Amino acid sequence: MDGAVPLFRMEGISKRYGGVRALEKAELSVTSGSIHAILGENGAGKSTLIKIMAGVVAPDEGRMMLDGSEVTFASPAAANQAGIVCIFQELSLVPELSVADNIVISDPPKRFGMIDRKAQRRIAEEALARAGAADIHPLALVKDLPLSRRQMVEIAKALARKPRILILDEATSALTAADVAKIFGVLKRLRSEGLALLYISHRMNEIAELADQCTVFRNGRNVASYAAGTKSDNEVVELMIGREYSHIFPPKPVRAPATAAPVLEARKLSWTDRLDNISLTVGAGEVVGLGGLDGQGQRELLLAFFGVLRGLSGQILIDGKPTTIASPAAARDDRIGMALIPEDRKTEGLMLPMTVRENLSFAALDRLSKAGIIDRAAEQRLIDDMVGLLAIKTAGLDIPVGALSGGNQQKVVIAKWLMRQPRIILLNDPTRGIDVGTKQELYQLMRKLADQGAAILFYSTDYDELIGCCDRVLVLYDGAVKRELVGAEITERALIASALNIHGEEMPVRGMAKTPARGADA
Amino acid sequence: MSETTIGGIAGRMPKFIRRADPAVLTAFACIVLLLFLGSLYSRSFLSPEYLLQQLKVASFLGIIATGMMLVILLGQIDLSVPWSVATGAMMACAAAAYGPVGVALAVPFGIFCGVLIGIVNGVGVAYLRIPSMIITLATNAVAQGLMVVYTGGFSPQDSATRAMRYLATGFAIPGVPNAVIIWALIGAAMVFVLTRTGFGRTVYGIGNRERAAYLSGVDTRRVVLIAFAISGGLSAFGGVLLAGYASKAAQSMGDAYLLPSIAAVVLGGTSILGGRGSYLGTVAGVILITLLQSILSVMQMPEAGRQIIYGVVIVAMLLLYGRAPASR
Amino acid sequence: MKDWRYWLAEQRGTLLAFGIFIVMFIIYTSNHPAGFTANVVQTASNKGVLLAFVAMAQTLVVITAGIDLSVGMIFLLTNCLASWLVIGTGIETAFGVVAVLGTGLLCGAINGAIVIYGRLQPIVATIATGAVYFGIALLLRPFPGGSVNEDLADALTGRLFGVVPASLVVLLAVVLVVWVPFSRSVLGRAAYAAGSSEMAAYMSGVPIRRGKFAAYALAGLLAAIGGLFLTFFTYTGEAAYASGNAYTLFSIAAVVLGGVSLFGGKGSAIGAIFGALAFRTIGDLLFVFDFDPLWQPLFQGVILLIAVSLGAFALFRVRNRLEWFL
Repeated sequence: MDGAVPLFRMEGISKRYGGVRALEKAELSVTSGSIHAILGENGAGKSTLIKIMAGVVAPDEGRMMLDGSEVTFASPAAANQAGIVCIFQELSLVPELSVADNIVISDPPKRFGMIDRKAQRRIAEEALARAGAADIHPLALVKDLPLSRRQMVEIAKALARKPRILILDEATSALTAADVAKIFGVLKRLRSEGLALLYISHRMNEIAELADQCTVFRNGRNVASYAAGTKSDNEVVELMIGREYSHIFPPKPVRAPATAAPVLEARKLSWTDRLDNISLTVGAGEVVGLGGLDGQGQRELLLAFFGVLRGLSGQILIDGKPTTIASPAAARDDRIGMALIPEDRKTEGLMLPMTVRENLSFAALDRLSKAGIIDRAAEQRLIDDMVGLLAIKTAGLDIPVGALSGGNQQKVVIAKWLMRQPRIILLNDPTRGIDVGTKQELYQLMRKLADQGAAILFYSTDYDELIGCCDRVLVLYDGAVKRELVGAEITERALIASALNIHGEEMPVRGMAKTPARGADA
Repeated sequence: MSETTIGGIAGRMPKFIRRADPAVLTAFACIVLLLFLGSLYSRSFLSPEYLLQQLKVASFLGIIATGMMLVILLGQIDLSVPWSVATGAMMACAAAAYGPVGVALAVPFGIFCGVLIGIVNGVGVAYLRIPSMIITLATNAVAQGLMVVYTGGFSPQDSATRAMRYLATGFAIPGVPNAVIIWALIGAAMVFVLTRTGFGRTVYGIGNRERAAYLSGVDTRRVVLIAFAISGGLSAFGGVLLAGYASKAAQSMGDAYLLPSIAAVVLGGTSILGGRGSYLGTVAGVILITLLQSILSVMQMPEAGRQIIYGVVIVAMLLLYGRAPASR
Repeated sequence: MKDWRYWLAEQRGTLLAFGIFIVMFIIYTSNHPAGFTANVVQTASNKGVLLAFVAMAQTLVVITAGIDLSVGMIFLLTNCLASWLVIGTGIETAFGVVAVLGTGLLCGAINGAIVIYGRLQPIVATIATGAVYFGIALLLRPFPGGSVNEDLADALTGRLFGVVPASLVVLLAVVLVVWVPFSRSVLGRAAYAAGSSEMAAYMSGVPIRRGKFAAYALAGLLAAIGGLFLTFFTYTGEAAYASGNAYTLFSIAAVVLGGVSLFGGKGSAIGAIFGALAFRTIGDLLFVFDFDPLWQPLFQGVILLIAVSLGAFALFRVRNRLEWFL
């Protein structure tokens, strides 16, 4: 690496979680005074790598060298001592404590054995100023701050620890554009001060602006390292996925748009400040997409239909009739026949320690029971059908569903709802974090269900999916429908332009399409 | 109570009989060990009469622990057991004072009062989202207050009805005490409910992840409410039987059943965090605790020593196999 | 926003408890046959201080998102121990006090060790250790009895300068010596952080285990101070199961009234103290209104039920039902 002695080096690092191999003989070198970008698809091993660096998890094998001598970190505190500080994707702030408490949390200033609040406040103010977030009051409780401010606190907290190596894991995902600009300024200054920075992001334009050195991870291995700017975006994407990137989408039917009466309709639906006068229709046999940046109200819209939100204004109509849906139990009732594939399959879709069988039949127990007693033969038949239909790969029906791969877990979530033969299917980003093969199967399945007459409302953060799967796409911005795209209008360019709420069609965006910016925080 | 379970959701199956569940096996092994130790102390320890007597004593705890288990499977706890037991006993005896109708309705009325306590608990936990530990302590205090007012602070003079005494001490089948039969029936019903009904599946589902159960379109609040009502009813039924056993109710008769009922469930391998456990384990836990109590009393151990040994044994056994997974 | 507003927001629970206490105390004294006299205040504070100590103990553990169902039993155990040891010459008495407090600390440390290092659930673990502590108390005092250094007892339960109840002064001293240093120490902050978000605290390199352990151990110490005071108050030791349970229960009520969140990470022992004093005063209102004392348990139970239900009002503000399950 340019002949410089690496400040930090990892060699032959491997880590397994149960049967899953997260890292396999991974290598990484970090040099002072440079910004090192790490790229890779979800599940490529990036997160595990930095968790090991930061002392959060222990590697199964391999060694780490700091300043040329071997080190091990028993805890995050030990890594911090050595000067390695990480800003994690999942925020590591304590919600009930104040901003100042959080900033100094790992090593508060002390006076007579007690925490010196004045000194603490001073340190906090300095750190916030360095991070360009002097607008945040040090006494405010973290739980009262919006997500973008919390992320700034997180960065200030890292700076207050005077790191030698600073790791940023998707640290800009919730920030506003102005904040991102500030942070970039801060990061460049830190680089000139001789820090080593490790930068993990899905946003190619950010990496292009910041990085000196890039390393690409794939399937738990580092597959390439190169100086920034020496490869084109397309080459990088190929390195990440290992082959030409192409989804195969099922053909869309040619149809006269919206001739059939809508099955699901919303009229002027509003909820707190998150949903703003949304009107939409979904007809039988139609796949309607929800687009836009993440966090623009798509999730809330699906929850509103599914009876989870209170205090809605406006109307929901099922088969043209105004309907009040007071709970998921009401939503799944035969009269409505709705299903929701929720955002987080691990906490909302499944009970991980329970068996595949129990999870599959969980939403249909009322149908499979007579007088409350489960008809086990009927249950078995239906489960066999579903396992066959979705080609769920499992070692058996009586193993915990948590032992399945992510893609198969997601299939179980979908199958559990298909057991009720829903007429209206709401999907909340169902392909997040699952493998390409399974994604393809899900696209096929979605179209098949629509052809059988289901009305499908499909939210995705992947624009390619919206383009490939949907008959129409509604783009949400700040809780309102900004634009409706039909048929051939659904292009990457149109999606991105309307997602950012701009009308120009000449957006310079290759790369952003794969990873729509998370919530440019309205 | 945030549990850091980074890599720790080891696969466990909530099935009635799990192949070699270490907790249930350990509990049964401890039962055998206790019987062995007891037989060293006294020959009569292995006699059928003695064992049957123990089973009879165990059945009161067994019935109460059945309700407790249902609640613990939900990831909740019922600390109102002491005064649910006492309320059931006292109200059944009280009803008996109201002529032949009262005598006839004594048992159902006692159970009904327990169900009422359980419903208050259930409404608090399911609909008001008050932590179960807190709301059940509060209803326990209220039930105690009501009973103190009712009895004037003394043990009530009303005595148990003949039906109550028959249920607790009679023999419908020669050689098998009725209390044991009742426990067996309740236990069988519980096994059936847990393994074969939608309600049982839902209980496990809620215990594992209430959010996912709710988003599956299950009315989780109703299930929680019903579970607490059943727990209250079974506690009260236990109290009714205990009153029949002793011929009358007493002020603090339920105090001796809170810790043992929780301990029996947890020692039987049911996770205190909910979602995992089998009734077979609870049966083992109940018998284990009863034998332990019996041996201590045969050895004429004073109350103080019993409490100490009790607490130590429970902590020791939980440390053996009831620990939360290590973080990291 | 100005600094004082943040301070006010932070202290809201404590101030509310203080307000409730003041209102209740005014109702109490204005209806008391003797009125607002030094004597009435002294008696009230002696009773209130007992619960205040136990409530402080409970607060420490609740802050870590745990619960200690053995505080009442540690209280009894130390009471029984004190009725043996806190007697004789000045040196002997002093030694006895240290031994009693050390025992409380040990009991708390055992709880902490089992919960934190043994990784058992606090509810079950402390119910079980509570049985052990009660057993030991019963060994020490199978029947009520014993005695205490009466000079010390009278001094600490009497009045300073004829006006100020000495027990309140001791309470204040304990707050200054135990609570304030703890809450401002690294360990105290670790306890708060662990209670609020154990994962975030771990990620931040906070000494979670030591913080929680310190909280449990100090809880034992505070319960022991309560037990010591019970001995000064009654001159005897008694292992009364119902009394131990009642103190555990009331400590939870006091903590809730005092604005301490049962989900951890939020609240202060000072709030819990006012919660305890308010709870005691409300319980004693029955006496000044000449009710039959038989109604007191019911009355206290209903107050407890109302207190714990109050938090449920926040539910009506929840617009997204998924927040029920956080």
